[in-house]
Amino acid sequence: MGLLSDPVRRRALARLVLRLNAPLCVLSYVAGIAWFLALVFPPLTQRTYMSENAMGSTMVEEQFAGGDRARAFARDFAAHRKKSGALPVAWLERTMRSVGLEVYTQSFSRKLPFPDETHERYMVSGTNVYGILRAPRAASTESLVLTVPCGSDSTNSQAVGLLLALAAHFRGQIYWAKDIVFLVTEHDLLGTEAWLEAYHDVNVTGMQSSPLQGRAGAIQAAVALELSSDVVTSLDVAVEGLNGQLPNLDLLNLFQTFCQKGGLLCTLQGKPEDWTSLDGPLQGLQTLLLMVLRQASGRPHGSHGLFLRYRVEALTLRGINSFRQYKYDLVAVGKALEGMFRKLNHLLERLHQSFFLYLLPGLSRFVSIGLYMPAVGFLLLVLGLKALELWMQLHEAGMGLEEPGGAPGPSVPLPPSQGVGLASLVAPLLISQAMGLALYVLPVLGQHVATQHFPVAEAEAVVLTLLAIYAAGLALPHNTHRVVSTQAPDRGWMALKLVALIYLALQLGCIALTNFSLGFLLATTMVPTAALAKPHGPRTLYAALLVLTSPAATLLGSLFLWRELQEAPLSLAEGWQLFLAALAQGVLEHHTYGALLFPLLSLGLYPCWLLFWNVLFWK
Amino acid sequence: MAAAMPLALLVLLLLGPGGWCLAEPPRDSLREELVITPLPSGDVAATFQFRTRWDSELQREGVSHYRLFPKALGQLISKYSLRELHLSFTQGFWRTRYWGPPFLQAPSVWINLGRSSVMSSQGSSAPLSTSSTPPTQSLPLPPSNPWVWPMTLTTTFCAMLCCRGRWSAPKTSPPGRSSCPVVPRASLISFHLLQAGLSVLLKADRLFHTSYHSQAVHIRPVCRNARCTSISWELRQTLSVVFDAFITGQGKKDWSLFRMFSRTLTEPCPLASESRVYVDITTYNQDNETLEVHPPPTTTYQDVILGTRKTYAIYDLLDTAMINNSRNLNIQLKWKRPPENEAPPVPFLHAQRYVSGYGLQKGELSTLLYNTHPYRAFPVLLLDTVPWYLRLYVHTLTITSKGKENKPSYIHYQPAQDRLQPHLLEMLIQLPANSVTKVSIQFERALLKWTEYTPDPNHGFYVSPSVLSALVPSMVAAKPVDWEESPLFNSLFPVSDGSNYFVRLYTEPLLVNLPTPDFSMPYNVICLTCTVVAVCYGSFYNLLTRTFHIEEPRTGGLAKRLANLIRRARGVPPL
Repeated sequence: MGLLSDPVRRRALARLVLRLNAPLCVLSYVAGIAWFLALVFPPLTQRTYMSENAMGSTMVEEQFAGGDRARAFARDFAAHRKKSGALPVAWLERTMRSVGLEVYTQSFSRKLPFPDETHERYMVSGTNVYGILRAPRAASTESLVLTVPCGSDSTNSQAVGLLLALAAHFRGQIYWAKDIVFLVTEHDLLGTEAWLEAYHDVNVTGMQSSPLQGRAGAIQAAVALELSSDVVTSLDVAVEGLNGQLPNLDLLNLFQTFCQKGGLLCTLQGKPEDWTSLDGPLQGLQTLLLMVLRQASGRPHGSHGLFLRYRVEALTLRGINSFRQYKYDLVAVGKALEGMFRKLNHLLERLHQSFFLYLLPGLSRFVSIGLYMPAVGFLLLVLGLKALELWMQLHEAGMGLEEPGGAPGPSVPLPPSQGVGLASLVAPLLISQAMGLALYVLPVLGQHVATQHFPVAEAEAVVLTLLAIYAAGLALPHNTHRVVSTQAPDRGWMALKLVALIYLALQLGCIALTNFSLGFLLATTMVPTAALAKPHGPRTLYAALLVLTSPAATLLGSLFLWRELQEAPLSLAEGWQLFLAALAQGVLEHHTYGALLFPLLSLGLYPCWLLFWNVLFWK
Repeated sequence: MAAAMPLALLVLLLLGPGGWCLAEPPRDSLREELVITPLPSGDVAATFQFRTRWDSELQREGVSHYRLFPKALGQLISKYSLRELHLSFTQGFWRTRYWGPPFLQAPSVWINLGRSSVMSSQGSSAPLSTSSTPPTQSLPLPPSNPWVWPMTLTTTFCAMLCCRGRWSAPKTSPPGRSSCPVVPRASLISFHLLQAGLSVLLKADRLFHTSYHSQAVHIRPVCRNARCTSISWELRQTLSVVFDAFITGQGKKDWSLFRMFSRTLTEPCPLASESRVYVDITTYNQDNETLEVHPPPTTTYQDVILGTRKTYAIYDLLDTAMINNSRNLNIQLKWKRPPENEAPPVPFLHAQRYVSGYGLQKGELSTLLYNTHPYRAFPVLLLDTVPWYLRLYVHTLTITSKGKENKPSYIHYQPAQDRLQPHLLEMLIQLPANSVTKVSIQFERALLKWTEYTPDPNHGFYVSPSVLSALVPSMVAAKPVDWEESPLFNSLFPVSDGSNYFVRLYTEPLLVNLPTPDFSMPYNVICLTCTVVAVCYGSFYNLLTRTFHIEEPRTGGLAKRLANLIRRARGVPPL
């Protein structure tokens, strides 16, 4: 603190910041990236451990042996589903009642904002069926949920079969202390969302549904199951939920415990973990990057993702049937699930002991929030340094050279942009925000106008309007530069850039706190060009760089990276198709589940990025 | 939870020292009774009642000689001038929708103390119903210290009872009655002292494998004759259990005493003046002979119970022929034709309660009241006791039936006082025929002081059930019965008139999460705050106390310093 009150030393510091700004920025950026890459190595990554006492030391003996029954249920279910073309509600009700559950149904309907071409649906109406196993001598205050989302295609029959067989097995046991809800939802995640909203009696997304007849208290944990074959080679677990929310790490630890106990091959992001071999860290990095990409997308990767909003810890288990030699039948999967439910049944409190914010380079390794946050901190430091430099330059330019011994520095309360006038900043800020608002509102609102005047379908219209508005934003600088006075040519863009830098740093900081992956990904791409942008020098190069690191281009790049990491590289045309589909999905998910990525990009980061574009083309 | 509670069985049958061989007619008597009812869902409910009646004015006379009546309770009555005591311990939840209205309604723990009108032999007074007559006599109130009752009861019943804050009295109940409707979690240890008669069947490991388990003690004065010139004291100990037919019967609905209790009846209780087993053999279908009981009953009993006509087979254990034939009595029931696997008939009144909303700031308590009667509307008295840490917003109270607002004819609201007394909300609501009425009220979750959290704060905090009291229209008119002669199960909460019957229901208790701090946080916060304060304070202090003066800028670097060093060595003033 003496550093700031001593004018001489302060001047030295200011000079250091000004003179060494570029190397410091580069160093900080490199440090950020290097820190992130180092997250897969042992001092930063740790072995997972069970924190919850109630699930820790007690062992349970799994007795589930209903493999044949599960297969029979699955066959019946598939046959009835094929016959009726939709979820066989009556059959499910009958079967659940015959295994001794209290059965209820819930019908729901939802008109999507525009047709969903990926899932081929627009006016959606369906029925969820759920059965409640009432715990003896308990007053239905707590419950666990096992859910199977059923889409329009005929997958997941085996999951329904296993769910019913597990229900039959669980019903005969006397040790339950929490009610168990067996939920089969139609239209996969839409059904889950409808059920959750009705269960909590809220309406977040404009879903129309019938009220629930039966409830089972506060849901403590949920497991979603997706199985499409009678045998599996591995079980994949998905943790990333809506808006990058993650379940408590203990739930994942629980799953991993039973994977090890049952000798199952369990994978994360489709990758088995192998820390013993030499390229273990490399594989860990791949898994970590995949997790970052999936978490950054903010979409629920499985129906568990919707539970997290209601503070229900949940994860999705996916049975994978690939070309591996060793296969497991439904009994092994059922035993793992039975073990998990019995341990969850022991819970005295909600899962809260372990981490809620973590990254996973493997199923048995994790990085806690305290260790990964420095990575994004270093990246944001670049913006801070750049802003400091601009502030000082602005200040010196305003002061002139009359007071060489004066104290230029942040402690002097002189508004630096006063000379330029704040008025000149208002126009670009307002215009870029208005562009963002247009980007958010117009595509969905104007789809009918677009379909009337152009030969496109609604979904295409939305995506194309989105891209058109996005590109139109690039024409922005020509609209605003005339407003600016010509007195001090440099001060105008400097002030604008200063504001833009602070705005970007604030946004990225907030995003990184709630969804680290998204914040980090955006910071990696946007920070260097944001720091570089200025109206001098090789403008075309800067412009190209800026376009390449815009939020939309980041999305495109992430898609390529994602497929590359999954060892299924995309061609350019495929990538473009996937990009268009992802745009439509992003908008849809905002409207159907309340995902925040689309409004965040359109209302927050895109206007901010436009400000830099504005700086670049300042005249 | 069940494993955490060391539970044993409660039957407080204390044997007096040899009093019953005296020549004078005993002034006390014991009746015991077991009612077995197949429930609409297929489960089987068994209700034990042990009734001790003592012709003695406990409060007036200095009674020191006890025979059948437990001395501990008798002393409790005389010491505190107790007029009534109802205490029940329940594990599980009576699922009214599937099991029908219960004989003996009880929430988790229900304590009802203090004065109310003396039960007349016609039994016209129903507790908590609005038509009950006000008390005519005045007696000293129970002790004002709210902890005396729980403490005394705790020692008597070896149970853990604690109420947060003061016990509050609903407005509609007679004045002076203090009640703590529910303590959502209570632990209980009690003793089983006598093994004869019906209590042979009370075998702990079977009783605790049931879906529902409720035991209760009711003490009240009853009139000795029709004109009520003198009173007797009545102690009823009841135990209700529901056997899960799906688990015990492997999917079949047939049952027998042995299959349920793993015991059979061998002898009547030597102390009991009446010892009977009632089996509900009502056939709902018109064509009879759908079920068969074995051994065939000697007599049957017909009456209107909870609005429907019921037939009971009676097995009198004091009838020597009943047991002597085969040394034991194992009552069995077989369904000749298995009942249709269809949805069970829904009772006229049932309710559901839940917390809606998400997040840790706000929420909403919603109660759904179902009136499934096809054409009769009836009023319901809804009593809610909500802990103070859920701050209710009464202006958000909405009651809707069939999409329209339903104005309650009576509302009493007593706001909570922090750490002292819960919210009390009482409403009389008319339920339209064949409707669902939704009562909802919003609340905000309060932040407790960090020492006020329970040891398991992340489990959540319990909110006690709503209590619904209603006079539900009967299907068939009941005729008044002689109270003393009718079976016990019929006389604890008698009907008030022929066309209605009284029902008291309890909704589910709720579990609400409050914003919970991370309890390692205080330490972190203290460390962080201290650091920040120290750094800020230091620099501010530095700035405030320092005097600034302009220092000559030092020109020249290393060379000048070297030169000065040499000059000092030479004794020449420095540059």
